[in-house]
Amino acid sequence: MSDKQKKIVELEEVVIKFAGDSGDGMQLTGTQFSDASASFGNELLTFPDYPAEIRAPQGTVAGVSGFQVHIGAKEVQTPGDLADVLIAMNPAALKTNMKWVKPGATIIVDVDSFDQKHCEKAGYDYDPLQSSDLDDYTVIKAPITSLSRSTVSDLNLGIDVKTADKTRNQFVMGMLIWLFNRNMKVEEEFIEKKFAKKPALIAPNVAVLHAGYNYADTLEAIATQFYVKPVAGKKGSFRQITGNTATAWGLMAGAEKAGLKLFLGSYPITPASDILHELCKHKHLGVKTFQAEDEIAGICTAIGASFGGNLGVTSTSGPGLALKTEAAGLAVITELPLVIVDVQRGGPSTGLPTKTEQSDLLQAIHGRHGESPMPVIAASTPGNCFNYAYEACKIAVEHMTPVILLTDGYLANGTELWEIPNYEAMPKIVPPFVKDNDPEYQPYKRDAEKLNRRWALPGQKGLEHRIGGLEKSDVYGDVSHDPMNHQVMTNYRAEKVQRIANYIPQQEIIGSQNGGELLVIGWGGTFGALNMAVKEMREEGYDVSLAHFNYIFPLPKNTEDVLKKFKKRVVCELNLGQFADYLRTQYPQYPYEQYNKVQGLPFFISELKEKFKQLLAK
Amino acid sequence: MEEVQKLTREDFQTAGPVKWCAGCGSYSILAAVQNALPQIGVPKEKIVFVSGIGCSSRFPYYMKTYGFHTLHGRGAAIASGLKSARPDLNVWLATGDGDSMAIGGNHFIHLIRRNIDINVLVFNNKIYGLTKGQYSPTTPYGSITKSSPDGTIENPFKPGELVIGAEGNFFARVIDKEPRNLEKTLIAANAHKGASIVEVLQNCVIFNDKIHESIIGKEVRDENVVMLEHGKPMIFGKERDKGLVLDGADLKVVKIGENGITEKDILVHDMTTKNPSIHYLLAKMTYPLAIGVIRSVDDATYETKLQEQVDTAVANTKIKTVDQLLHSGQIFDIK
Ligand SMILES: Cc1ncc(C[n+]2csc(CCOP(=O)(O)OP(=O)(O)O)c2C)c(N)n1
Ligand code: SF4
Ligand SMILES: [Mg+2]
Repeated sequence: MSDKQKKIVELEEVVIKFAGDSGDGMQLTGTQFSDASASFGNELLTFPDYPAEIRAPQGTVAGVSGFQVHIGAKEVQTPGDLADVLIAMNPAALKTNMKWVKPGATIIVDVDSFDQKHCEKAGYDYDPLQSSDLDDYTVIKAPITSLSRSTVSDLNLGIDVKTADKTRNQFVMGMLIWLFNRNMKVEEEFIEKKFAKKPALIAPNVAVLHAGYNYADTLEAIATQFYVKPVAGKKGSFRQITGNTATAWGLMAGAEKAGLKLFLGSYPITPASDILHELCKHKHLGVKTFQAEDEIAGICTAIGASFGGNLGVTSTSGPGLALKTEAAGLAVITELPLVIVDVQRGGPSTGLPTKTEQSDLLQAIHGRHGESPMPVIAASTPGNCFNYAYEACKIAVEHMTPVILLTDGYLANGTELWEIPNYEAMPKIVPPFVKDNDPEYQPYKRDAEKLNRRWALPGQKGLEHRIGGLEKSDVYGDVSHDPMNHQVMTNYRAEKVQRIANYIPQQEIIGSQNGGELLVIGWGGTFGALNMAVKEMREEGYDVSLAHFNYIFPLPKNTEDVLKKFKKRVVCELNLGQFADYLRTQYPQYPYEQYNKVQGLPFFISELKEKFKQLLAK
Repeated sequence: MEEVQKLTREDFQTAGPVKWCAGCGSYSILAAVQNALPQIGVPKEKIVFVSGIGCSSRFPYYMKTYGFHTLHGRGAAIASGLKSARPDLNVWLATGDGDSMAIGGNHFIHLIRRNIDINVLVFNNKIYGLTKGQYSPTTPYGSITKSSPDGTIENPFKPGELVIGAEGNFFARVIDKEPRNLEKTLIAANAHKGASIVEVLQNCVIFNDKIHESIIGKEVRDENVVMLEHGKPMIFGKERDKGLVLDGADLKVVKIGENGITEKDILVHDMTTKNPSIHYLLAKMTYPLAIGVIRSVDDATYETKLQEQVDTAVANTKIKTVDQLLHSGQIFDIK
């Protein structure tokens, strides 16, 4: 095994970035490595980095796709600011990712692809490997392509070069197994499973995996091996899950617990399409999906389904949410349950479709005609998209209202090692159904506590009624143009949504419960970075705390208590200050500092800490 | 099976007033629907009327069934979702020419293309009634309206062409003031499985009075209209002396008894033929105007195929609950 001179360095956490052409299988290698880390007991979070163009020319900067894996022996909540290890399969991958690696990082390159042609394609007019660009890094120039090819050809299986090149990612994997002291057996099994349907590919892939391992083992250039311990005390059943999958599953869970069929009406849009892709695979749980002709039809079919007693859901991103607004108003006035999922991306317009942003917040809260209040909640980790999707269903059904669930591109595509929830223990969801022929039934008679109307379904005897977009008379639901009635109904709709605050949890403070110097305020998908920044600073002795909001409208009832306990407040968001503006209208008595970023990128822990330190010093 | 109680027209009448203008063609459509429904054998609570926005779209408020008055143009999408979610319901859509072919054109053609079993009543008054008289996508070229003081410069749609172009399987054209034919056609539309589009030439007394009169007025009607009946030759005229023949790729009016033409030479209407060529010609034809069921072809419906996919998946899965799903696939049990 390992050479005696080589030393093993134990690390708390490591960030590895896999980068190559879309065809290089870097996503697969990344997934394979994160699976290995998960079974080893590490914490982890991953984030893919797709090019916007599907088939950008090979070898160019536009065609580079990446996959970042952050593993740790302790809590991991972001994919990591900068990488400790970069795997660059070609010059373009190196070029795009140099700015995302730590000084002193280990960079593994496929030296075979650094010929003049590839360097030029990547926009280098020199060979970066021969230049001073890489002076501050540990560079491992591995002949990945040629060794993979020769390994495969030595097997004498008559495998062509193109197929042989597809094994290169296993060479990388073999090197990583050595580098991170991992179990070879697990990876062999992974390959066997992966190619169960193409058994001819098992032997070459396993051979190349070993070749990579042996190469790393014998190579003088690699002086150190890393070891990231399993997380101490970590126990339970976990699975890797993306935010979009978790959202889809949470919606199914919500419908199932409510005893309803789930109906998704949706029009494809990045980064929300995977919710549609996921749900259409689960007809076996009674789910119906309807790929509509546009976003308007997406929400309208869902409203139709809800009228019919299904749980109607529609999923989209910012531009699609804009198209849905008129119909969202219809769901408000007809007081039907509906969940609208907005997976936010960079805007306006087509903007940065594959990048993350939090800039639909005000659209979600206010973006409708008329007095049209609608609860808004936001998920904050890939895994808890499940919980908040579930919560959105619960609010929609029990309060008879459309609900907007905000996630974002970062949560949607990020993967978390997620502890499988105790499904039994999740709260009940009870739809306010009506019994057939109930003589007391009136379409707009309200519950005294929640103010919701009841849900009578077509097909039920003796409950025939008409609803629609025209203002309805209180209790009876007939069309009414009466001025006072409109006032009453408008007030009811507003108050109904406000009362949801009686049914949601209190806002938590992470940090100084009794208040202190600085309160960091965030919402939605930035939780991981904000939490880690605050945590690290507290460990360094700073008085910083975090209030991270998942319930946006209405806000938790204790929000003011939380805000008033701190000397300073800074609202951090991936937009120009929408939540800050919202808090200013809700709680104008407090001043709010802001930290905003709109680069299509998540927050980095380092930049947050710098900002917080500045604020504390002021 | 539970026995369906015998329903009458009154069972479908609401207590409140009907608020269309006096003399509006919509009254006779409402009456025809209320007369037709007791004959279709569907329990009242299973019937849903969906509509968009427009004078015509007030329809659900006047039907004592479940009803949903939705958004301008979106009734087709809402009805599509409802029927897909609940194939057991009997779903009708009331819509106007603007509602279905201007703002809601997209949903209209896709409802047809998907062949969702919804009965669509298009109230074609060739004008925007509710917004007081602007031209619509079916307004004849050159018409002077509130928004076209110098005459429209747009070619109108013919609903039937659109329906057939959208892969439609059922299209009928009827006249508001012919209750018997209307009723019969509604029953046929309901019996047809799949999207059934019924264009009703409806008179708007206020903003487009007598728009259909030059064709279907009492004096001229018999000369201008061919009443289609499946399996019968397409003969028309007061004296029933004219008929339609195929002339190359077009229809031609011929006189029976002239040039050696007898009844036998006249084209026989076959509404069930899959090939839509002749249906298309009939839908497009302006002289004579074809009235009746132009096309009625059976094909599997969207909602039954969707339900079948769901039922098959449910029957064949090992994963029957979300809890089982959560614990399926690759799990990392860390002890
Ligand atoms: C989004 C939206 N745009 C415009 C309108 C105004 N509007 C209501 S009905 C209508 C036209 C109705 O014409 P048609 O569908 O032919 O129905 P009719 O009233 O003639 O029966 C318009 C433009 C609206 N209600 N909603
Ligand atoms: S405006 Fe025309 S279409 Fe509308 S109710 Fe009056 S007559 Fe009928
Ligand atoms: Mg009209």
